[in-house]
Amino acid sequence: MNLWRKPLDLQDIKVARGEIHIIKDLCKGCGFCVEYCPKDVLEISEEFNTKGYHPPYIKNPDECVECHLCEMLCPEFAIYVTLKEDNNVVKSASEEGGQ
Amino acid sequence: METLKTKKMKEVHPMEDVLRMNRIPHIWCPGCGIGLAVTAFAAALEKAKIDLNKVAIVSGIGCTGRVAGYIKLDSFHTTHGRAIAFATGIKVANPDLKVVVFSGDGDLISIGGNHFIHAARRNIDMLVVCVNNFIYAMTGGQVAPTTPLAAYATTCPFGSVEPPINIPYLADSSGAVYVARWTTLHIRRLTNSFIEALDKKGFSVVEVISPCPQYYSRINRLGDGLDMMKFYHDNTEIRHGEDTKNLDIGFQGKIIMGKFIDRERPSYTERFD
Ligand SMILES: Cc1ncc(C[n+]2csc(CCOP(=O)(O)OP(=O)(O)O)c2C)c(N)n1
Ligand code: SF4
Ligand code: SF4
Ligand code: SF4
Ligand SMILES: [Mg+2]
Repeated sequence: MNLWRKPLDLQDIKVARGEIHIIKDLCKGCGFCVEYCPKDVLEISEEFNTKGYHPPYIKNPDECVECHLCEMLCPEFAIYVTLKEDNNVVKSASEEGGQ
Repeated sequence: METLKTKKMKEVHPMEDVLRMNRIPHIWCPGCGIGLAVTAFAAALEKAKIDLNKVAIVSGIGCTGRVAGYIKLDSFHTTHGRAIAFATGIKVANPDLKVVVFSGDGDLISIGGNHFIHAARRNIDMLVVCVNNFIYAMTGGQVAPTTPLAAYATTCPFGSVEPPINIPYLADSSGAVYVARWTTLHIRRLTNSFIEALDKKGFSVVEVISPCPQYYSRINRLGDGLDMMKFYHDNTEIRHGEDTKNLDIGFQGKIIMGKFIDRERPSYTERFD
C-alpha cells in the first residue's frame, strides 16, 4: 500500500536549476565548495590552474538546485551560480542546502 | 600575452559591485576563513539594500586588516589597534554614515582593547566585525589574548598558559547593544547577523570564528581549512540569549554561537541631539 498521496500537480512542480561558473584561476583548491554542495555536484579536478592549484569541475551539472552554497562558501570569490534559462526540470522534492 | 588579470576579467563574479575585483586574487592562504567573513558581509550589504555611498569601512593591521582594501566602499587601512579610534572620528564627523570596523582579534582586542572597551561604553554607533582566528596570524603565529589555554603558538612552544578573553562577555559588560558569534561555516546565519547589526543604532559586535590553517592549525596539528570547517560543524551549538559569561572557548572545545545581546541604549551621537 502506498501511504503517500501523489500530488496532483507533480508534473508542474519546477525545481530551480543552476548554472555553475568557476573562475578557475582564482581558485586555491580549498575544497569547501565540493564538501558542502548538498547535491554532490562538484569534484576537485586533476587539472592545475595558473597558480598551481586544482580547481573543482562540475561532475553532476543537472543536479544543481541553485542553492548558492558553493558561492557563499568560496573564500576566493571563484565560483558563482546563475539560474538556468530552461528552468523546467521536473522533480518531486528538492533538498534545501545551507547551514 | 594573456595575464592572470586579463583572463579573469572575462568572467565577472556577482559580488563585483562590492569587491575591488582588480585586487583579487587576495593575499589570504588557501582555506583561510577571512574571505568567507567578507562574502557574508558583502551579501549582507546587498540583501539589506544599503546605499554603498553611505558606508565606510575601517581596518587595522593584520591578515584581517586587509579586508578594507578589498571592499569597494570608502575604505581606511589604519594603524595597528586604532581602527575603532579612526572609526569613531568618522562617525562623529559624519553621523549619517554607517561605519564598519573589520579587523582581527589581535588588532581589536589586544593592542586595540582599550578602544574597544570605551567605544562600547560610549555606545558609538558602529558595527565591529572581529575575525577571531585565535592568533596573531600576519606576523607569524604569536600568542594572542584569544589563544585558548594550552594551545601552541610560535611564542608558546609549550602551550599557552594565559587564560583567553571571552570577546562577547567583554563587549556585553562594556555596554555593546548587539553581540553575536558565528563561525565561517555558518555563513547564512552570519550574514543575517550582519544585516541585523547594520540596522542597529549603537556599538554592535559580531565575532567570527575563522580558520587560520597557516599558523594556528599548523602549529596545533589541526589540519587544513576544511578540517577546521568540519570541526566547526561537529563542535558548535547555537544558544541565542546565552549569558555571555558562559562563552569561553577552550582548546578544541565546544563553541557556543548565536545572538547573545540585542538591547537599546542611546548612542554617542544621539546624545548630542
Ligand atoms: C604598533 C604595531 N605593533 C605591532 C605590529 C605588528 N603586527 C602586525 S599585525 C599584528 C597582529 C595581527 O593579529 P590579528 O589582529 O589577530 O590579525 P590576523 O593577522 O590574525 O588576522 C601585529 C602584532 C604593528 N604592525 N604595529
Ligand atoms: S548552487 Fe548548490 S547545488 Fe548547485 S553546485 Fe552550488 S552548492 Fe551545489
Ligand atoms: S571553494 Fe573556491 S577556492 Fe575552494 S575549491 Fe571551491 S572554487 Fe576553489
Ligand atoms: S596566515 Fe592565517 S589568517 Fe593569515 S591569510 Fe594565512 S590562513 Fe589566513
Ligand atoms: Mg588573529
